[in-house]
Amino acid sequence: MISRAEKSANYLILVVFAVFAITPILTVLQAAFGPSDAGGGGGFGNFADAWRIGHFGTYLRMSLAVSVSVVVVSVLLSILSGFAFGVMRFRGSGPLFYLFLLGIMMPSEAIVVPLYFDLRSLGLTDTFWAVALPQVAQSVAFGTFWMRAYFRSSSRALVEAARLDGASTRRLLWQILVPLARPAIVTMTVLVFMWTWNEFLIPLVMVTDENLRTAPLGLAFFQGQYTQGFTLLAAGAVIVATPVVVLYLFLQRHFIAGMLEGAVRE
Amino acid sequence: MRSPRRTGSPPGEPRRIAYLYLLPGFLVYAAFLLYPLLRSVQLSFYDWDGLTLGRWIGFANYREIVSDEGLRAAFGHALVLIVFFAVVPVCVGLVLASILNRAKVRGLPFFRTVVFLPQVVAMVVVAVAWRRVYAPDGSLNALLGALGLDSLQRGWLGDYALALPAVGFVGTWFETGLVTVLLLAGMSRISGDLYEAARLDGAGPVREFFAVTLPSVRGEIAVASTLTVIAALRTFDLVYVTTGGGPGTSTSVPSYEVYHRAFELGRVGSAAAVGVTLTVVILAISLLINWIGDREAAS
Repeated sequence: MISRAEKSANYLILVVFAVFAITPILTVLQAAFGPSDAGGGGGFGNFADAWRIGHFGTYLRMSLAVSVSVVVVSVLLSILSGFAFGVMRFRGSGPLFYLFLLGIMMPSEAIVVPLYFDLRSLGLTDTFWAVALPQVAQSVAFGTFWMRAYFRSSSRALVEAARLDGASTRRLLWQILVPLARPAIVTMTVLVFMWTWNEFLIPLVMVTDENLRTAPLGLAFFQGQYTQGFTLLAAGAVIVATPVVVLYLFLQRHFIAGMLEGAVRE
Repeated sequence: MRSPRRTGSPPGEPRRIAYLYLLPGFLVYAAFLLYPLLRSVQLSFYDWDGLTLGRWIGFANYREIVSDEGLRAAFGHALVLIVFFAVVPVCVGLVLASILNRAKVRGLPFFRTVVFLPQVVAMVVVAVAWRRVYAPDGSLNALLGALGLDSLQRGWLGDYALALPAVGFVGTWFETGLVTVLLLAGMSRISGDLYEAARLDGAGPVREFFAVTLPSVRGEIAVASTLTVIAALRTFDLVYVTTGGGPGTSTSVPSYEVYHRAFELGRVGSAAAVGVTLTVVILAISLLINWIGDREAAS
């Protein structure tokens, strides 16, 4: 039914669109691997120069510490709260769940101003905690929503059978449901990791100490301070983007499914 | 034993222990999201510079959003960004996805990987890349020069009239892939029988699109619109890195105003009011789009 001409037209559209999507990214990659405009060797030398001049080692360490902590804590807390909402009945579960939903839609802009001033009066700004904890809260909102949906859809018969066997609530969660929930947990893990790694506003507001800058924040400051050319900036951009992109290339189905299904947050 | 009328609810007896499972997550959530939100509302009624004692001024900060030209403009810019971030990508995505869905072409998984890629790249990196594209000696001007259109060359982000569309176009680039992938997933679920029937009725590609494809992906359109509109309203990183709200205030948006007012101008109350307003707008728009989606689906 589909003519040959239409088929070729389709391939043309695919190619044009893909090229459009990838060109700005390739521009950066090309500049990063190209000859240096800062007088260095070019190629991989650019990365070494950017790493040294832009302090990206420090920033990546901070980003890694924040992202991993936010992922571990929020996944753990979300499993617990999602389990409560998805499997148990209790008074107030409806309104409490809506309260969590509110957090998914709430933009960081709504909370960052009072958070900064309140944390400042507690002496907590310019600490690891000021960057990590607000993001744990945001991720718990999403994670609760995500895990609740999973636990609700997981076989009710399974839960009933486990109950009849006399499994305790704790055993039901950790030994029966969580192992089965692995795909949902992996999806949540990669999404939270990506959101935390890429977050900009919260670290920008909470941190002035250069040693506590996350990678995107470091890149933004590097762009402001280092204006002698584009090569090293491009190399820095590649360094900042690479961890999530690599994760995406390996786990892209989790990324795409998660962002399309549970996509209410971003 | 569970009674039959409870089948819609989760299994298990009502259990107090649920609160125990909920508690740790709720504590963090309440302390770092709910409480700051309430504090934001409270601060929005004050005139406060962040250092000295604040002064209660009622709704003055909110009145300023309506009366102050700069703030009104910022919300106006957000509307322009919605066109670029949401309207254009949804329209383009619909056309692209329905064309791609008609003919089962090979290489679709690879295509999906590529067009979805911008979504996982940090917005700061995206901004760095596009600053380069728009720079006076950047690739866009190089392209125009190669096409012999030298008269169109300019510093795109420094142009009062063109900076906002230039920033918006980054949003179009960023969101179109997401929307297309989302719509393609929805269209792949449409039964082939529907198209078969439409073709037997003599429908061409265009009628097929309006009679079969469009009604079937209303849910996906609602999701795509919600996501992209919220993304447009939350644009902060992109503006901060590409233009810093400039030239002048030609690309300032509400998110940027929150930051600018609280941390650069020392107008904390006003910043909180803008933040609260932005949140209300985002909630209202997502509820509205979902409501329209539901109503359409029911009709």
